[in-house]
Amino acid sequence: MEETATQEFLHNLRTLPHSVKEACFRLGKAPESEREESQATFHNLFLHIHSVRVHLRTLSPTLTFGLGLMATASFVLTLITGVLLMVYYKPSTDLAYQSIKDIHFAVFTGRFIRNIHRWAAQFMVVVVLLHMARVFFTASYKKPREFNWLVGLGLLVITLALSFTGYLLPWDQLAYWAITIGSNIANSPRELTDAIGITKYFDPGGFQKRLLLGANYVGQDALIRFYVLHVFVLPLALVTLLGVHFWRIRKDGGLAKPEDPMGGLAEWGGERRPVFEPLATKTYGLMALVKGQRPPVNRGPENTVMSWPRLFWAELSVFMLTVATTLILAFYSDAPLKELANAAIPENPAKAPWYFLGIQELVSYSAFTGGLLIPVIVVVGLALIPFLDRRAGGEGTWFGTKSERAVFWQSFLFALAVTAGMLAFTVNYGWLRNWSPNIHQLWIIVINPGSLLVVIFAGWSILILRRKNSVRLAAVSLFTCFLVGFILLTYFATVHRGPNWHFYWWPSQWPIH
Amino acid sequence: MSRLDPPRINRRSFLSLASMGSFFAALGTAAAGMFRLPNPAVLPGPVRRFKLGPPEQFAAGSETAFAEQGLVLFRDDEGFYAISSTCTHLGCTVARSQDGFACPCHGSRFDNEGSVIGGPAPRPLPWLEVSRVANGDLVVNADSEVPEGTRYRV
Repeated sequence: MEETATQEFLHNLRTLPHSVKEACFRLGKAPESEREESQATFHNLFLHIHSVRVHLRTLSPTLTFGLGLMATASFVLTLITGVLLMVYYKPSTDLAYQSIKDIHFAVFTGRFIRNIHRWAAQFMVVVVLLHMARVFFTASYKKPREFNWLVGLGLLVITLALSFTGYLLPWDQLAYWAITIGSNIANSPRELTDAIGITKYFDPGGFQKRLLLGANYVGQDALIRFYVLHVFVLPLALVTLLGVHFWRIRKDGGLAKPEDPMGGLAEWGGERRPVFEPLATKTYGLMALVKGQRPPVNRGPENTVMSWPRLFWAELSVFMLTVATTLILAFYSDAPLKELANAAIPENPAKAPWYFLGIQELVSYSAFTGGLLIPVIVVVGLALIPFLDRRAGGEGTWFGTKSERAVFWQSFLFALAVTAGMLAFTVNYGWLRNWSPNIHQLWIIVINPGSLLVVIFAGWSILILRRKNSVRLAAVSLFTCFLVGFILLTYFATVHRGPNWHFYWWPSQWPIH
Repeated sequence: MSRLDPPRINRRSFLSLASMGSFFAALGTAAAGMFRLPNPAVLPGPVRRFKLGPPEQFAAGSETAFAEQGLVLFRDDEGFYAISSTCTHLGCTVARSQDGFACPCHGSRFDNEGSVIGGPAPRPLPWLEVSRVANGDLVVNADSEVPEGTRYRV
């Protein structure tokens, strides 16, 4: 008997839940065969960015420590919490501070959300830096990954810019004075143009400062500019670059790893076997389609496994580790909120967020050299690494080339000694201005503890280049020196600088005022 | 020219070149305009000419700090002078110290005349123009610098 339209309709209505489920989840069950596992990966929008099979080395936790994924995870956290904070935050000099107070004290879970936002942002800065160090020390920037190293560098700069712009928004004392200092660092080319007397004709410093603040002072125009950058321009740029970053990982052949063995003997499930040599009279093309065991023609085993589910478990666990760390920190430690911004009285000491304190220490020698010149040299230098160190070798292995580990430790100790010595000297004896107050500013711009450190590090790296006859080792020494210098300066400015930027052994010794 | 000669540029290449050219011309113009926009044509900000009151209220040899206005007014036997309390390094407000002024942010130190005696400040603290308005009140123009040592005689 023919089914009537009414019956058909009722039947469809009865099976509605089932058909909707089938439409959403095509497989409808956990994958059982390798074919289904591969489909689970590439039929899913969120998973298809991964390859279907993943190399065993990629899954090894000590290759990457999941740092890139942690950075992504903390970015996702700041994104979600950031949107929630936008619901109550008001970017106006009259209302901003009160709205943060509302978020902290009145909004349901507002305080917790703000803490998560702050801790995730801090965590992101840390892991982005560590991620860069990981990529460097595993030589993963080498061909064909030069471009992705540049993209990563762009992401680092955007991450720092996001932190910096977010710093102004609470409009408290910390915010106001940090941005006053920051915008005057943008203004610091004036130090150079003033020193050679051309500011009247050529004033890039003033231009940068006006562009940043929209005025000569930190006020409403600055606040709205920072807000737009922080909630729209920079996140959009970051998401875009992040997309390129991920895409390039796939296009560059996944994570950097040593070549799998070609020909001869190869590791095969714990024993060494000869690799299958092809016969000239046979075709092997179709064998690649055969399910299950197939002969690896003319090459060693790939040592890959299906991405589903191993890679996704690994990624999910790193993600959840990040979430857990951030939540615990956010639960126990509140984001700071000082008094309302007061243009008349700065904090004493007025300290930038900790990851900028290394730069603040340099700035306390010369604003232009420490705040602009050296950071630009560092970024340009980092960008050049993959184009100056082009010899293949060591990819995907920690300290992969010969004597790399030794050079790392030598450079580590060298940079530690030189930076500590320079700081001790500066604290004890002052610098040019203390010895001869009328000295021309140009001397201080050129010769100061910061610029000397750069020159010494460069000299050390050239020494390694000539002694070890290896560009990679020279790069390792230079990178290590700057890394150690950055960490030590950051530590020094965090712990040992007190009111009036004087040296103190511990913050507990600061004078009470 | 015979009809068999190939044209020097065919229609497809011409159209591709024209579209590429117009694309980059438009992109360049738009980018230039977009980057020009955030550079403010008018700088907002308060008027920085401050009335400080009648000269008689400042005794000879006195100094008076005006925190809101960011300056310190001095009177000595030769007359009045005002020194800006905004550090020439990175714009923090300096505080009075035993031997002059000290900056809390990066440790710049200045003597009593505002000259740099230590730290990263590239220039001395500016001396500001002091004058009087019709009713006799002292006025300091914080946007107008005068050479160090300039006094305003009442």
